[in-house]
Amino acid sequence: MPLLRVDQNGLWCEAGGFHIDPWGSVPKALITHGHSDHARIGSSSYLCAAPSERILRLRLGSEFQLQTITYGDRLTVGDVIVSFHPAGHVLGSAQIRVEHRGEVWVVSGDYKLAADPTCAPFEPVRCNTFVTESTFGLPIYRWHAPETVFTSINDWWRANRDHGRCSMIFGYPLGKSQRALTGLDPEIGPIYCHGAIERMNQVYRESGVSLPATTATGEPKRGQNWAGAMVVAPPSAQGSTWMRRFGEVSTGMLSGWMRIRGTRRRQSMDRGFVLSDHADWPGLLQAIGATGADCVLVTHGYRAPLVRWLSEQGKDARALETRFEGEALENEAEAAE
Amino acid sequence: MKAFADLYTALDETTKTNAKVEALANYFRAVPPEDAVWAIHFLIGRRIKRLIETRKLVAWAIEEAGIPEWIFGECYSAVGDLAEAIALLLPAPIATTDKSLRYWVEERLLPLRQWSDEQQRESIGFAWLEMDERQRFVWNKLITGEFRVGVSQSLVVRALAEVSGLSTEVISHRMMGDWIPAPTFYNQLIAKDTEDTDVSRPYPFFLAYPLEGDPAGLGDPSEWIAEWKWDGIRSQVIRRKWETFVWSRGEDLVTERFPELEALGALLPEGTAIDGEIMPWQGGGPLPFAQMQRRIGRKVLGPKILAEVPVVLLAYDLLEWQGEDVREWPLERRRAQLDALVTSLASTGRMVLSASVPFGSWEDLAELRHQSRERRVEGFMLKRVGSPYRVGRKRGDWWKWKIQPYSVDCVLIYAQPGHGRRASLMTDYTFAVWDDGELVPFAKAYSGLTNEEIAKVDAWVRRNTVEKFGPVRRVKPELVFELAFEGIQNSPRHRSGIAVRFPRIARWREDKKPEDADTIGTIRNLLTI
Ligand SMILES: [Zn+2]
Ligand SMILES: [Zn+2]
Repeated sequence: MPLLRVDQNGLWCEAGGFHIDPWGSVPKALITHGHSDHARIGSSSYLCAAPSERILRLRLGSEFQLQTITYGDRLTVGDVIVSFHPAGHVLGSAQIRVEHRGEVWVVSGDYKLAADPTCAPFEPVRCNTFVTESTFGLPIYRWHAPETVFTSINDWWRANRDHGRCSMIFGYPLGKSQRALTGLDPEIGPIYCHGAIERMNQVYRESGVSLPATTATGEPKRGQNWAGAMVVAPPSAQGSTWMRRFGEVSTGMLSGWMRIRGTRRRQSMDRGFVLSDHADWPGLLQAIGATGADCVLVTHGYRAPLVRWLSEQGKDARALETRFEGEALENEAEAAE
Repeated sequence: MKAFADLYTALDETTKTNAKVEALANYFRAVPPEDAVWAIHFLIGRRIKRLIETRKLVAWAIEEAGIPEWIFGECYSAVGDLAEAIALLLPAPIATTDKSLRYWVEERLLPLRQWSDEQQRESIGFAWLEMDERQRFVWNKLITGEFRVGVSQSLVVRALAEVSGLSTEVISHRMMGDWIPAPTFYNQLIAKDTEDTDVSRPYPFFLAYPLEGDPAGLGDPSEWIAEWKWDGIRSQVIRRKWETFVWSRGEDLVTERFPELEALGALLPEGTAIDGEIMPWQGGGPLPFAQMQRRIGRKVLGPKILAEVPVVLLAYDLLEWQGEDVREWPLERRRAQLDALVTSLASTGRMVLSASVPFGSWEDLAELRHQSRERRVEGFMLKRVGSPYRVGRKRGDWWKWKIQPYSVDCVLIYAQPGHGRRASLMTDYTFAVWDDGELVPFAKAYSGLTNEEIAKVDAWVRRNTVEKFGPVRRVKPELVFELAFEGIQNSPRHRSGIAVRFPRIARWREDKKPEDADTIGTIRNLLTI
């Protein structure tokens, strides 16, 4: 019997009596991070890494039992020992390590290796079995250094300002937006955030992450001059009436998918910036290698190519069917409310 | 190369015309003529034939990237574009290049043809190592002869007009005809005054705008001339310096394909340019366009095909007369001169005037329009009395008033991914109609749906695939579309026995069930209309 397996509610650990990132309602849920495909409402009790607490409270409300744990601390749950380790994905994101009679499994949740001042960096954890995401599991997905991406975002913002336009970038309210904020150059102009993002900024600031000064747009008033401003908005705000209040706007999407020209063009945005909070192909391989795991279970994303690649490298690799979603371009509708 | 790749990116990133013109003008101002002229060459869609077989390029890219072939295949299908897949897969560059576009084209691209496999491999491998992803993408497109960018020639002309301070008319005229991408040409193009020395150079065609709705909006019918709208090959026949040049609207010199017109040219006075339509013609009237296609398809024109499908120039307009550019003359004056010329050459049987159709009222003309199909024309051209011969597609003076296209309801049976930016969406469809209780493929169509509809159909196709062969998916015969097309003819080569011209999707008939689709019988009836 494997230490973890997928049942109808999610990734189930029988020896520990808990689920990791369940999509059904379960008695005990261990949560890797606050994105909506990983942290869902409806379970009786939750355990997450300490910096994730405020995020889960904001997203899931307060009417449930939530226990937190410091990164690296060991906790006995049922017959197993669990610990949470930074995944570098968003604030509070964790890989969950599960140990049972000397056998170690690590569930990555979502992760990235690239630098991000808004969360603790990814920490490789040795294990026998590694459950990895594979959102960008093809070698065409390779990220440029974040500084390079931010330079082009700032250049674009500056050019828009000089043409009297407002700049608007679209990114996830949790994680992507705050990471983007740290890369913006506040010298260029004022920074505004959509309400859904400003609420999350608040959580980040309360958690001690330093972000540049931002103002919530609220319901933008007619006649206000937005020329030269930068507005950060969730992808769901695209094409909304809210968006049309800002006068002449140049739009940019922040996503790993923007690496592909066809996808970039289909977004009908003025610009696509390749910025992802998931690992790129070299990142996936590096992370998997660093675990020393012989067995790799691959979830959401380009599972088949990564499984085949790893198998050809002599690993015992298999696909694992889950309901995690990776990086979507237009989801997270709930964030737009 | 960097500047050109930046230009490509700038053009690719915006759909706004003014931004494109600005990017083009900035580029032309920044680079030397030797680069600008190559840029024009590629931007207006002149191609260099594919220099390297795709197969070889892929093999080299796989070697450079150090990946197995199967994963290249996965990447290609995720990206949907070969040049781009290669650009994204190659290892990061180890150097940067500040070499010019001219260098890359003349010293690295064109010589590929003479080089051995090893030399090609080496040169391309080094090129990749010096270029970033955007430059590689453009470079790969150039190598494979597939470079395309979303600008029309008229935008390039506008940018050059801005840079040179000349009018767009002057620039577009200078850009026509045969020219080689050399700096001298660029200098002539933007020079304040140049002797236009190219004797073959045609004039830019004046193109009509489609008239939507009722011509009554055009005002007094007596201010308009109506001609039938013919469906042949729009062309110019030019006689200068004792030579004849026949240009098609695609701006190809097609003189040799039409010996009849070359002979006609020899009879034209020196310094003449006529705008007209090359038509397959027999017994005083047009042959079906399919006959022309038979003729166009031949490499060698034997006496048999020349006798079976003779052509005439159906003359529309006179652009140059006695060596003088007469495009500013009023329409009626140009036509009168043209009429006299046609009459004087009537005995040759090689030129016919596109006669004006007399009409008293717009209602009369609408009535006459019903004869279009029988006459094998597409409707009417309406031209304003007194108008000059303009450049390009301009509203106001020339209108095409076409008859409604044919339309048929058919069932979607196959779908496959499109190309370019639609590569990851199912956008190429095959449609069928009923024949004796069976659905037979009838036409393929790509365009006509809105982006939302495309996304919906795409999702539907993925859920309703019955079978896959390569990229093609057979789907449940469930969705009905109205297909519009321009012409129809018998075709023993097609399973339906029928071929249509310019099929496109008129709309998605979500209100119809597959059993409501048309039968091959109803379509055959259209043949007789
Ligand atoms: Zn996530
Ligand atoms: Zn995820």
